Amino acid sequence: MTGILHYLWLIPALPLLAAGILSLTRQPHRRFAATLAIGAMAVAFGLSLLAFFATLHPQGGIEAQHAVRNIPWFEFGATHLRIGWVLDPLTACMLVMVTFVGSLIFIYSVGYMAQDENFTRFFCFLSLFASAMLGLVIANSLLLFFMCWELVGLSSYLLIGFWYHKPSAAAAAKKAFIVTRIGDLGFFLGMLWLYAATGTLLFYDDGKGCLEAAAITKLVAQVTIGGMALSTIISLLIFCGAMGKSGQVPLHVWLPDAMEGPTPVSALIHAATMVAAGVFLVARVYPLMAGDASGASTNSSALTVVTWVGAITAVFAALVAVAQFDIKRILAYSTVSQLGYMMMGIGMGGYAVGMLHLITHAFFKALLFLGAGSVIHACHEEQDIRRMGGLQKHLPVTFATYAVGMMALSGVPLFFSSFWSKDEILHSALSWQPSRGPFYFGIAGAFLTAFYMTRQVWYVFFARKEPHISVPTAHASHPVPVEPHESPSIMTVPLIILAACAVLLSIIATPVWPWFHAYLSGHLEHLQVSFAISSQVLLTMLLSTCIVTAGISLAWWLYAVKPAQKGEEADALEKLQPDVFSLLRDKFLIDEIYEATAVRLNAVCARVSDWLDQFLWGGLIQAVSFLVLGLSWLNRLLDEFVVNLGFDKGCGSLRTSASILSHFQNGQVQRYLKVIGLAMSILALIFIWGRK
Amino acid sequence: MTPLHYYLIVSALLFAIGFAGALTRRNAILVLIGIELMLNAGNLNFIAFWRYGSHPEHHFTGLMFVIFSIAIAAAEAAVGLALIISIYRHYKTTNLDQVNSMQG
Repeated sequence: MTGILHYLWLIPALPLLAAGILSLTRQPHRRFAATLAIGAMAVAFGLSLLAFFATLHPQGGIEAQHAVRNIPWFEFGATHLRIGWVLDPLTACMLVMVTFVGSLIFIYSVGYMAQDENFTRFFCFLSLFASAMLGLVIANSLLLFFMCWELVGLSSYLLIGFWYHKPSAAAAAKKAFIVTRIGDLGFFLGMLWLYAATGTLLFYDDGKGCLEAAAITKLVAQVTIGGMALSTIISLLIFCGAMGKSGQVPLHVWLPDAMEGPTPVSALIHAATMVAAGVFLVARVYPLMAGDASGASTNSSALTVVTWVGAITAVFAALVAVAQFDIKRILAYSTVSQLGYMMMGIGMGGYAVGMLHLITHAFFKALLFLGAGSVIHACHEEQDIRRMGGLQKHLPVTFATYAVGMMALSGVPLFFSSFWSKDEILHSALSWQPSRGPFYFGIAGAFLTAFYMTRQVWYVFFARKEPHISVPTAHASHPVPVEPHESPSIMTVPLIILAACAVLLSIIATPVWPWFHAYLSGHLEHLQVSFAISSQVLLTMLLSTCIVTAGISLAWWLYAVKPAQKGEEADALEKLQPDVFSLLRDKFLIDEIYEATAVRLNAVCARVSDWLDQFLWGGLIQAVSFLVLGLSWLNRLLDEFVVNLGFDKGCGSLRTSASILSHFQNGQVQRYLKVIGLAMSILALIFIWGRK
Repeated sequence: MTPLHYYLIVSALLFAIGFAGALTRRNAILVLIGIELMLNAGNLNFIAFWRYGSHPEHHFTGLMFVIFSIAIAAAEAAVGLALIISIYRHYKTTNLDQVNSMQG
């Protein structure tokens, strides 16, 4: 475990190096750019696998499983700041997931972005993102974590706005940056408070780190504002950051808009990895959240908040997803909803539950996004699902993999990974002491997820009509219909691999062999057949199976069995409940509410500041400048009419007298002699007369 | 023995003639001659005062002055003539009225 530990920094450093080289590469070098970025990612994946195998056999107890390497960064006075990296199961499984999904998406991008003229820049940004994300995963210091966190936000901004000539993309990039910044403010405050309270930002540092027993006990014991424990309030502040990044209600508004970026970006950043960083953050600081250094799950108030926020998000976003028509937006809201599930899982069942869903979700959501990208590619940048239909004939590979993704996301029993991870969340919700609420929220979310995914798949692949795909051509004034086509194999192969993973991952997730749970918590457990067949587990499994079946069949009945619909006709749900549907389609008017409150408040503040700037501060400055102008006029008058005038007068009289005197020196030597003679005679006369 | 004031009168005349010559001549060489006359008037005074002073046979002060003065006059005449020659080379004239480039 120590061998790979020393070289763990290489994992983020390699993509960073690739990004640095690519930023200096000129656009035409496409093959070089793709090879370098994918190569760096593949090597990082290899190193991550090594790190992963090193963590498989932990020696010692719970404390020993965090292998850390801390290095001093800089000193000021007596204190010195240290950063470092940590290798534990949490890091290792994230590393493998990020590098593996990342590599596949990089490869897919080669096909998807083939026509784009800024191909090199795209891979530069992607590598930068991968580097920041991997840095965030291995960080052993909240400060380093925060720095990588912000870098991830930056690369997200750059990639959402990749097609910056589209005003909507530029606006979405700004929105994403600003909304996540609101959460980051809380994160930053929490970090400062944590540093003030414990004097360290290292997570693990041989008993001195802020996530270890001594610091946690101290933080739990201290009471601050409103009778809350210090650990609770710091946890909640840090959770603000996680809410912003992971798109939890009410800071979810940026994530659907982020779909303006290229589809591989949506898959990598806004579905699989970056948005999961918030969940990862909560998992990383879980001992602080739980107020218990051993990482056992408790019912601390911070975790209760996490649970409720997650539960509300899960249902809220699933409801909105039901009424969307943009293929990527449906997936975006589905991502928000699944992130809510993860938060809920962490809050109720410990971080292993949430992380399991994070890992499985990363695979099938990347799969779904890449599949959506393939559909969009095939339909010539059409994203409205109402204008697609019948595509399963044209896109067999995409359809098959998409179906796997859809079934994984919906939680179709037994063979799909999400069934197990979601089931674990529901199971922990069922046994959660404080309330049964999250359990019902989870059930509702699962039902809605199955419903909207079936609806989407029906619209895209089955709707009985010829797709209305058309591209405008230069010669014809009216668009010409074209046949959708399957994507090249460089795009379909990653889809197939991801689909295989979405199925195979279920092996590590079953309650019969809870390997993942045991791996993360550090004690290897053996087959738990008794646990698996306990009545409660069987009950939740049965229940979720029923729910999923109900969701899928309801959607199928509504959309497929009922009379076929024409192209632009109203949605089946819209016919049933037009008011509810329009509310959902407008995303509960959250954007409009923000527009009317926060944005308008901001605009008013800006206007007031502008007014203050123009009249109050501006007037002050004007007054000062007029004063200075007056003084300088006075100065000029003094200079011109007092000093200069006197000087000029003096000079004039000097010149006059000099010109008079200069007549005496006329160069006539004899004239001088005459004067001398005259003077001498006068002198002689004075002497003579004086003698008498 | 001729009284002292005869010598003084001769000397004063000599000085006046030399001075007048130095003032009125336009030719630089003639001006130099006038100056020489004035110098010799002074020399004559030295000699006269020495001869009519007390113990002229013991104290040769006046005589020594005159001997030095003549030597200096010779040197001065040489310098003066050299100046005149170089002025002539420069201005192609020895007329002092035209040599007035030192005027203010």
